[in-house]
Amino acid sequence: MRPGAAAGNLLRNIMVFYREGFRGMTLGRSLWLVVAIKILVIFGLLKIFFFPDFLESGFSTDRQRADFVLEQLTPPIPEPTTGSESP
Amino acid sequence: MIENLDPTMVDWARAQFALTAMYHWIFVPLTLGLTWFIAYCHTISYRTGNEEWKRLTRFWMRLFAVNFAVGVATGIILEFEFGTNWSNYSWMVGDIFGAPLAIEGLFAFFLESTFFAVMFFGWDRVSRRFHLVSTWMVALGSNLSAVWILVANAWMQHPAGQEFNPDTARFEMNSFRDIVFSPVAVAKFTHTASSSMVLSAFFVISVSSWYLLKGRHRTMARRSIVLASVFCLLSSLFVIFTGDQSAYAVAQKQPMKLAACEGLLRGQTGADLIAIGVVKDDHDIRDDKQVTRLNIGIPELLSYLANRNFKSFVPGVRDMVYGNPEQNLLGAKQKMVKGRTALAALAAYRSDRQAGDEAGAAAARDTLRANQDYIGYGYLEKPEDAVPPIALSFYSFHFMVILGTLFPVVSVLFLLVAWRNTFEKHRGLLRVGTILLIPGMIAHWLGWIVAEVGRQPWAIQDLLPVNVAATRLSSGSVRATFFLFLFLFTVLLIAEVGIMLKQISIGPEEG
Repeated sequence: MRPGAAAGNLLRNIMVFYREGFRGMTLGRSLWLVVAIKILVIFGLLKIFFFPDFLESGFSTDRQRADFVLEQLTPPIPEPTTGSESP
Repeated sequence: MIENLDPTMVDWARAQFALTAMYHWIFVPLTLGLTWFIAYCHTISYRTGNEEWKRLTRFWMRLFAVNFAVGVATGIILEFEFGTNWSNYSWMVGDIFGAPLAIEGLFAFFLESTFFAVMFFGWDRVSRRFHLVSTWMVALGSNLSAVWILVANAWMQHPAGQEFNPDTARFEMNSFRDIVFSPVAVAKFTHTASSSMVLSAFFVISVSSWYLLKGRHRTMARRSIVLASVFCLLSSLFVIFTGDQSAYAVAQKQPMKLAACEGLLRGQTGADLIAIGVVKDDHDIRDDKQVTRLNIGIPELLSYLANRNFKSFVPGVRDMVYGNPEQNLLGAKQKMVKGRTALAALAAYRSDRQAGDEAGAAAARDTLRANQDYIGYGYLEKPEDAVPPIALSFYSFHFMVILGTLFPVVSVLFLLVAWRNTFEKHRGLLRVGTILLIPGMIAHWLGWIVAEVGRQPWAIQDLLPVNVAATRLSSGSVRATFFLFLFLFTVLLIAEVGIMLKQISIGPEEG
């Protein structure tokens, strides 16, 4: 048998294995419905509308992102309010 | 700028992360632990060829599948939150977390997706030996996936093997080995994995107890309880050992956390471990008074726990806030000075680089290097800000330890009754058994509260406080998504618990 044909058979066997496996499952539709809804909500709703990647979407280069974060890290340093009593 | 950050936004972002993590953590420990239980059952089934063991294995495998399916993708929400609510943090740790999380992804993808399918679909369709190997590979793969997530978390508690790059504002890995084998990472993984086995054993006992109370599937339920009790006993004893290792790692790397968990205000030589105590409502660390009252202590055990020496000194909260020259301890007060020097050097480095003053930049970089271990303290307004919430840390730690101490006792009781097969006479124990999953889960959550609340105010220990790690967003938007999650998770959890209960109610015959 040619190597290509053997690989094709293997792929077909794997596909059949998965297909038959899913068909034979007795876990019920409600489980898969909940899983599908959950994944849809997470990726189709939450990710797109509520959780943009702040730095990824707000800046076009890593240099800009680094500069922005460095600016965040180096604010004017306030004087410490060391009015607290030390022992 | 950080000073314009809405502090309530940080609180809402933390609450949202905690809510998501707690929801996620319902499924993860069950996956981590149950998979070993199933692998063992499968091995017995393989060796004996006994149909009853095969039926038992298939049943627990089915519940495992339900748990895995409903838990899938819940962890990804945490990643979304990093990018949106914690963008400074995400940027800064990208180089450190990149490697562990990429390995985790590869493990999850190759091991879990490949061998999961063979484990679930492989009955009578692949060779018995390969099927058994697949089940063990799922157990191994799931737990190896967890290793990398826990390594990442451990790095936040003890940021080893890194160097801060002031040009890119990123922590860069300089020793993969130091990150992976840091004592905190090793203790965190072993403690989490073993406690997940306890929780999974409780899950098995809960379901099996319910069957015995209902008079259904007696043989399978009794066998499951025997096996789960042995699992629970061995793993809960190991949990005590790994808990001790965790406490030692915390004492060495995060002594403030240990002091908060123990309500230890002033350091002591030969310090007692508080077994039971009450945190005063009006405690104030600036007062030189005890934080806790009605204490029942175990003499000198805290010193042993912290330093492996009964007579050793254990620093208290005040020692770490105000310093203790006698013990050569720097306080947050002194660390704040070093932290501000580091921040000023970072600012000088930036401006010198922009001005083309390479000599000035090099000098600023040297100053930064000399003080960077304390850079996070530069953001604190007062030394007392370095103290985590004491009451929450104290109670979480103590309730977790109390529950963890009871777990081996419970497993011995179940083992004895199962061994003698006298469940009919001990229906009260079975009733307790049906709800064992709840204290098991609570102990897990408490463990995470100890780990995460106890290290406040830090996102990365000593280097990055949470208010600097957070994105500047309005608290309104984060609050809105918090309640959206609360609603969503509640609905999903009800649906998911309903599906699990239905599968339990169907029982093994339908498998």
